[in-house]
Amino acid sequence: MAPNPQGDAFPLTRHSVVAAAQGRDPEERSRAMDAITNSYWRPVYKYVRLRWRVEREDAEDFTQDFFSRLLEKDFLASYDPAKGKLRTFLRTCIDRLFMNQLRDAHRQKRGEAAVHISLDFEEAEHELAASTQNGSAEDYFEKEWVRTLFALAVERLRVQCHAAGKTTQFAVFERYDLGDEDSRPSYDALADEFRIASTDVTNYLVFARREFRRCVLAQLHDMTGSDEEFQREARALLGVEAK
Amino acid sequence: MKFLPDQIVARLQTGMQTPDLSGTRYRALELLGHGGMGTVWLAQDSILQRPVALKVLAAENSSADLAARLMQEAVVLARLEHPGIVPVHDAGTLADGRTFYCMKLVEGQTLDHYARKLPLRERLRLFQRIAEPLAFAHSRGIIHRDLKPANVMVGPFGEVLVMDWGLAKVMAATSASSATGQVSEHVTDATGLSSTGTQVSGHEFTRAVQGPFGSGALAPENSTAHGTVLGTPGYMAPEQERGEVNLIDQRTDIFAMGSILQSLLQEPPGSPEGESYSRPLRAICAKAMSAEMSARYASVQELAADVGRYLDGLPVSAYRENIFERTARLVSRNRVAVVLVLAYLFMRLLFILFSRR
Repeated sequence: MAPNPQGDAFPLTRHSVVAAAQGRDPEERSRAMDAITNSYWRPVYKYVRLRWRVEREDAEDFTQDFFSRLLEKDFLASYDPAKGKLRTFLRTCIDRLFMNQLRDAHRQKRGEAAVHISLDFEEAEHELAASTQNGSAEDYFEKEWVRTLFALAVERLRVQCHAAGKTTQFAVFERYDLGDEDSRPSYDALADEFRIASTDVTNYLVFARREFRRCVLAQLHDMTGSDEEFQREARALLGVEAK
Repeated sequence: MKFLPDQIVARLQTGMQTPDLSGTRYRALELLGHGGMGTVWLAQDSILQRPVALKVLAAENSSADLAARLMQEAVVLARLEHPGIVPVHDAGTLADGRTFYCMKLVEGQTLDHYARKLPLRERLRLFQRIAEPLAFAHSRGIIHRDLKPANVMVGPFGEVLVMDWGLAKVMAATSASSATGQVSEHVTDATGLSSTGTQVSGHEFTRAVQGPFGSGALAPENSTAHGTVLGTPGYMAPEQERGEVNLIDQRTDIFAMGSILQSLLQEPPGSPEGESYSRPLRAICAKAMSAEMSARYASVQELAADVGRYLDGLPVSAYRENIFERTARLVSRNRVAVVLVLAYLFMRLLFILFSRR
């Protein structure tokens, strides 16, 4: 499956992703599953590597198998947004599937998944090595979920800025907000680099951050299962319930 | 997809929390804190060149209830012009859709921190000053509903401010007696039907209110979607804990004031039993915190006056003292006179004894 960072291939209506994935229209269902896979495969892969301490190849197979089953079977049909978060549901499914596979010793069947999804495990493996792993695997899954949410929102912003001819705005945002702390340039340095006024740097950053905020919330729509979950997560991300 | 290290994720998350102040006269400087509804930011007013505090709703997608409640808080504050209540300067909606209001930046300490180092009598005088803005609010038909030491600030010059009116209940004073402070209530719900407040499925539905502000009446309250009983455990009156919104009046705040007084009477661990354990003070607390609303003080002025009487060495209304306690109090209050009388009697006695020889 080709990454779909923008997510605009899927019409962004509130919780259409989960609803469509549970729906009957095969085309809508397929696009919804793409969006879910795109949002969740990295946290799933890394979670399996850490939680079950499996080798890289096994984790790759399992991730493939998990999302193939999500596509082929009616996994999501049993998801009730009123009962919990989508990611908690998915994590429970992962654990259950893994335990079942262990019990039934059917792991060799993983390679037989009918649908092969193109996922960049090499990159995920590098990310796994680069990230700090404190706390439980469940905490790590949550952390990776937030990381993926922000990373997909950045991609969404990149595509939107490019389409709107605001590439400098995105570039300024990328240099200032996504750069290393040590090499973070001053506003004046950015103004020189992009040949714009210092006041423009401020304005571009305000614009990009505002758009980024919208992208995060739009991405969050795709990654949550209900309006209530979305509201709760939005509040948590915006600090009110942050620990 | 670009991998974002933890540090960048944290930075972006902080950036997400920062309100979008573009198009306003304010510039966000620092996050001061966050509460149930939103965050409070230190900001610079670029026109008047002064620091201010901005209270901003958490998310632009938050329910209309919360936005209405924050705006109601701003309107309540704007109506309560009193030295003991933080003034509000401005209110509105930011570019990112979040509701905000701007208020005076209050620098100081919360009551619990400030009072720790004070002797008991100064703590009691401080308590009396909390009662002043509260009495003013009650006279305007507004019940705070979330009084606690953390919501009282003491400024660098000793000024006392009652903060966080986010849960304030606006009552319509159809008959207010300044003598007793009694306020009777008439409420109208958002549909315009007269009713008392109700609690349905854990959601409190507050009401449109015909307030005491004439044509400048407060905007009607809409439903609050907190999903829990409003208030802070430990400071909530029983009727508040039970969610009996229709019963809430100024005596609900008096209960919380009793809890505050109780916390002010607490001495550091290991301190010897002192004046703070005196029966009249304990009785004042007990009366303010009576489970029965009718057994509490009728007004916050009465409560403050009882504390004042205690400070002046007078009998308090909450406690009926016996003859020994009365004598001890009178002696304590008139110590100089008693010493002079005793000295006089002693001199007389000596005179009589020596004159007989």
